[in-house]
Amino acid sequence: MAETNVKEATTKEPLFQFGKKERKLLTDPLNDNNPITVQVLGICSALAVTSLVYPSVVMSIAVIFVTGFSSLFTSLLRNYIPKQVRMIVQLVIIASLVTVVELTLKYLNYPVYKQLSVYIGLIITNCIVMGRLEAFSMANKPWRSFLDGIGNGLGYGAILIAVGVVRELFGKGSLFAGSPIEMKIIGPTAEYFINTETSTLFGWYENNNLMVLPAAAMFIIGIMIWIQRSYNQKLVDIS
Amino acid sequence: MGEFFNIFIKAAFIENLVLAYFLGMCSYLAVSKTVKTAFGLGLAVIFVLGITMPINWLIQEYLLSETGVFGTDLTFLRFILFIAVIASMVQLVEMVVEKFSPALYNALGIFLPLITVNCAILGGSLFMVSREYNFSESVAFGLGGGFGWFLAIIAIAAIREKIRYSNVPPALRGLGMAFILTGLMGIAFMSLLGIDPAAFGN
Repeated sequence: MAETNVKEATTKEPLFQFGKKERKLLTDPLNDNNPITVQVLGICSALAVTSLVYPSVVMSIAVIFVTGFSSLFTSLLRNYIPKQVRMIVQLVIIASLVTVVELTLKYLNYPVYKQLSVYIGLIITNCIVMGRLEAFSMANKPWRSFLDGIGNGLGYGAILIAVGVVRELFGKGSLFAGSPIEMKIIGPTAEYFINTETSTLFGWYENNNLMVLPAAAMFIIGIMIWIQRSYNQKLVDIS
Repeated sequence: MGEFFNIFIKAAFIENLVLAYFLGMCSYLAVSKTVKTAFGLGLAVIFVLGITMPINWLIQEYLLSETGVFGTDLTFLRFILFIAVIASMVQLVEMVVEKFSPALYNALGIFLPLITVNCAILGGSLFMVSREYNFSESVAFGLGGGFGWFLAIIAIAAIREKIRYSNVPPALRGLGMAFILTGLMGIAFMSLLGIDPAAFGN
């Protein structure tokens, strides 16, 4: 009996369909429902890694992996998890995935692992992961939960990388420092694309040390929220 | 004793968990609309951070490290164990407080469960491991970190209460302004870098 039920469910709705609704799950978190600027979740472990672009990219990939797969697994188990202990079960799922990410990163790229230090572990308490599990995966089918997780991870990563680009470009004059595709844009030596020592046009330019401080990440996100809300009136806080 | 104060001052002011490491940012922004609620959450954080830090230190030292009971390196279990300790400690603290001090329970009430997913708690424990603190240092770090978090959330709540009467651009109201204010507070706290912790005895 149970088997026929499962078959019926799968024939009614194919396991992996990708229509308009599914696309919305992926694109909605990028703007209208962005985890950082609208839902205000997951800021904790994010901002500290954004002083350079490369660690931000690595962090984003790690978060996308964790949000996607924790949503998938929670959704698969959603009918077996007792309501009272669901927090602990979710935390165990997330913690195991984060351990996998941590060990993989330690093996693949040790310098970046050192740079991210405790913030990889802090993906566990990243509210965006828990938030999506509670709000979406506990009530939806695996495939759609997976897409929702990936979508939210992408929305999070987009902000992270945007902040990283601004901070590194204006703070250090380079992009992707520490990675194979390092680009030196503007600076006082001949190595840089625009050499401020010899250039007549950019001779006045100096790197902005404020951008390297943690506070700069706050200002940049504040300004991003400002820009987004001036274009998207329905997000404006009325209270 | 000097070392204890040294770490306390450093954790509370110079390396403030919110303003220098962005830990506990979610609840910091969500619960800082009024000073009263901010006060409750701040107290709860000091409480839980002060308790979980020594417990996690004992777990790290006696269960997970190579010199511990099992004699092998079990550090890959660190995340799962730490978060389990934090979740169960929060639950336990909630029950004890409810039993013995209903007044405090009413004040902390809804904030206690929130603390499980407060990054400052897990972050504090992970910092403790990576900085190789000993037992008394980890107690000092827990209390100091909690106190710093408490100070930061009280300050931002007071500012947000006042700024409601100011003429902020509509798109910047609420969240946007809270971010910019936090940034400014971060810069203000940075000036405390000038404090020499050694002045408190060492």
